[in-house]
Amino acid sequence: MDKKTTIKNWPRHTIQAVWAAATNSHFSGFVTGKIYTGKLKNVCVPGLNCYSCPGAVGACPIGSLQAVIGSWNFKFAYYVVGFLIFVGALLGRLVCGFLCPFGLIQDLLNKIPFPKKIRTFRGDKLLRKLKYVIFLIFVILLPLFLTDIMGQGAPYFCKLICPAGTLEGGLPLVLLNKAMRGAIGWLYIWKNAILIATIVLSILIYRPFCRYICPLGAFYSIFNKVSVYRYHVDKESCVHCGKCAKVCQMEVNPVEDANSLECIRCGRCRQACPVQAIKCGLRKQ
Amino acid sequence: MRKLTESRWTGIALAALGVLMMVAGIHRGEMVVVLTKAVNICMECIGIG
Repeated sequence: MDKKTTIKNWPRHTIQAVWAAATNSHFSGFVTGKIYTGKLKNVCVPGLNCYSCPGAVGACPIGSLQAVIGSWNFKFAYYVVGFLIFVGALLGRLVCGFLCPFGLIQDLLNKIPFPKKIRTFRGDKLLRKLKYVIFLIFVILLPLFLTDIMGQGAPYFCKLICPAGTLEGGLPLVLLNKAMRGAIGWLYIWKNAILIATIVLSILIYRPFCRYICPLGAFYSIFNKVSVYRYHVDKESCVHCGKCAKVCQMEVNPVEDANSLECIRCGRCRQACPVQAIKCGLRKQ
Repeated sequence: MRKLTESRWTGIALAALGVLMMVAGIHRGEMVVVLTKAVNICMECIGIG
């Protein structure tokens, strides 16, 4: 009789929650409605965490990237791109699985029961390329070329798409600041519509934002195949039971591609493997 | 190509490149831009600007 595979998510969720709390530890901001303005904001956090969140103590890497690219005096962001390369080269999309607050939010939303959860659909594979297009157009090209009279470009991804900014910054700041409530317009409505859609989709499908939209995940995914931390399947031990692919919520088959661009390195496949054929960590020759 | 992706030294080399780029960016003054943006409420990010 086939033993039911028990996956323990709580260790990973604990790490996610502790990291989210640590990187948003300016708790007084949620009372006063003011953001943190200290020196720690010189440093980017590895995950998607809006720096306009009242609790945020670090800078959002995607927001920072657009800020530097869109500035009048710099057109290439060595500091932010260097940071992303550094993190990606070491961890790949492990950041997505363990160190992204918005990933945690989607993980928790997906736990809400719903009669017809969607694992995949026709067009899923093609739609996953969208995040690379979003990265190129909204994060790089628009801030670089669509500039004002001073030569400054706006953070178009943050402005037009990012639901993390709405949830973490837009909602608490507008709720806590009367003056901001008076400034709400169509853009705020649009951003909240995207947020609501993300929340609803996260209940139906696992991590829709990470799969199809997130430019940060798109960038880190490039490093999955070369990062120092990676996954390895021992093909001699593998009994081809298919359990790893069955438990993967990102629809990756680790046996076919242990370091798929879509793998967020959550470790569910490792837990599911009955013969411990899946290993992770520093790659051995 | 396969040797490049299998070797952990590729990741280490890229990480080192990342560090060099960060140092170059800090030297150029990019960190000031990041800090200035991060310590002011980003009106675009929250859906107002």
